[in-house]
Amino acid sequence: MSTSRADHPLVPRGGARQRRCGDRIFAGAAKGAGLTILLVLVGVAIFLLIEAWPAITAPAEEIPGGEGLLAFIAPLAFGSVLGAALAILIAIPLALAVSLFITHYAPRRLSQPLGYAVDLLAAIPSIIYGLWGIAVLGPAAVGVQRWLAENLGFIPLFEGPASTTGRTMLVVGLVLAVMILPIITAVTREVFSQTPRAQTEAAQALGATRWEMIRTTVLPFGRSALIGGSMLGLGRALGETMAVTIILSVSGAVTFNLISSGNPSTIAANIALDFPESSGLDVNALIASGLALFAITLLVNMAARALINRIERAASA
Amino acid sequence: MSATPIAPPRPAPSGGEPGAWAISRRRRMTDRVVTVGVGAAFLLAMTPLVSILYTVVSKGLARFDATFFTESMRTTVGAGGGAAHAIIGTLIITGLATLASVPIGVLAAIYLREYGKGRLTRTLTFFVDVMTGIPSIVAGLFAYALFALLLGPGARLGVIGAVALSVLMIPIVVRSTEEMLKVVPDSLREAAYALGVPKWRVILKVVLPTALAGIVTGVMVAVARVIGETAPLLITTGVFTSMNHNPFDGRMENLPVYAFNEYKTPGVPVEPYLERAWAAALVLIAIVMALNLAARLLYRRYGTDLRR
Repeated sequence: MSTSRADHPLVPRGGARQRRCGDRIFAGAAKGAGLTILLVLVGVAIFLLIEAWPAITAPAEEIPGGEGLLAFIAPLAFGSVLGAALAILIAIPLALAVSLFITHYAPRRLSQPLGYAVDLLAAIPSIIYGLWGIAVLGPAAVGVQRWLAENLGFIPLFEGPASTTGRTMLVVGLVLAVMILPIITAVTREVFSQTPRAQTEAAQALGATRWEMIRTTVLPFGRSALIGGSMLGLGRALGETMAVTIILSVSGAVTFNLISSGNPSTIAANIALDFPESSGLDVNALIASGLALFAITLLVNMAARALINRIERAASA
Repeated sequence: MSATPIAPPRPAPSGGEPGAWAISRRRRMTDRVVTVGVGAAFLLAMTPLVSILYTVVSKGLARFDATFFTESMRTTVGAGGGAAHAIIGTLIITGLATLASVPIGVLAAIYLREYGKGRLTRTLTFFVDVMTGIPSIVAGLFAYALFALLLGPGARLGVIGAVALSVLMIPIVVRSTEEMLKVVPDSLREAAYALGVPKWRVILKVVLPTALAGIVTGVMVAVARVIGETAPLLITTGVFTSMNHNPFDGRMENLPVYAFNEYKTPGVPVEPYLERAWAAALVLIAIVMALNLAARLLYRRYGTDLRR
């Protein structure tokens, strides 16, 4: 090249001082953006706390329900945890099968498109899951739930009487399970495919069948990934709003009965239902319940991320 | 990787112990049962996707007509009416959220990838990941609380919804941009440094252009993720039946909230309301799918894949 370094279009004119100035401004802007994000997260906690404060300090009888904030939030938190736990129990085996299928069973050429298909599940807006749940899955589940009530009614979970509309906790759990499936598999697919080749090939060389190879190498290697991914899914299921709001028929009862039409509401669904029509202290009480939800999901997510980070560091080391 | 077919078990030598056959047969059976089980579970997990797409398309087409895209719900009772006001509202709110999230998200990713070292970087990476898990309704409550302090309680504006959506969008943009910056090879950066180019110009003129397609892809996916968010908008933008172009003045309808309200509080007869809800769901899912597909095509066409 005949052009000298100084003439290169990328090298700015002007002295070293000017250049350092540009560097400082740009680095400052980048760092500022990073700090803004941390500030937003802290801001979420602070502003929720400020707006929740009137409800936290208010006398018990002014809170909706008339028995204080704790008695207001506790049944809702129970509903959130029940729905999320149900979803996780359904989703874990499915996620395990889906990620094994994509990483170890499907033909290699198909594994990427199949991965896209699973990711599409994450792209569908939650309101559409809700509409689908109440229009398709709920009615389809009515018969199954009646059967459960008749034949397994001695188990408190299926005590019944079975709902005739399908707007039950069981259907909510199923829909939530489908919604968190792509979140879990995003983590497990990645880690399953990173199983050390030396191990899988050693298992095969010893004459293991495919399942034996998976059981002895892939599953032990990916176990913590499954746990971490499931916790991320749990966080998502706890905070899911619209699907629950639309599907669940609530009575506010605290019950483990999954198939009746009188279900506990969840924190998120209760906010979505009541917030638009609330005013005064009711709004503060709803925000206080949102603060509780924020705290719960924050803890679950932090634990999940810490676990996943540790796995990734171990895998890359 | 492990798709190599495993050699079938060697047949037992004739006259060998009968037990050798029995064991290997049991193992083969287990293997086959698991294979069938895994395949069946995969199909089962994919059934909802097919069912959802089919349901939304078949129920949504009834009102997927010109009126739906050109009229609002002003003065509409019963049949007729449309979602033009909701579509405009969704575009404005999501557009504002994108406008706020992209600079912050991209700059933060640049900080993490190009500048960051030490504790702040680790903290930020960790909390960006944690932030992706914030429930959308909490983001809505945050935006409401923020504006309640500024404007007094009960404020409902398009811009409050945009703030809520950007809280959800920023971490997604940071994560995807960071991934894309990782793909830019260090040799490119080093070549520019060797020419004496200052760091900020290396980033602006070499790193960002190389990663551009990937960053745009990430933003499109992030938009697709928030455009269907209902819960945060339900509590921040309110419900409105007429056109409103101004996000800083008054309630603003948007597609997800429109779909929810048509479904939740229908009039009599119920059909036109439900049909409008499904049509809005169809428009939403079409936008989301189009954004995802376009992002994928764009990345395949222009994306940087220099790692291998």
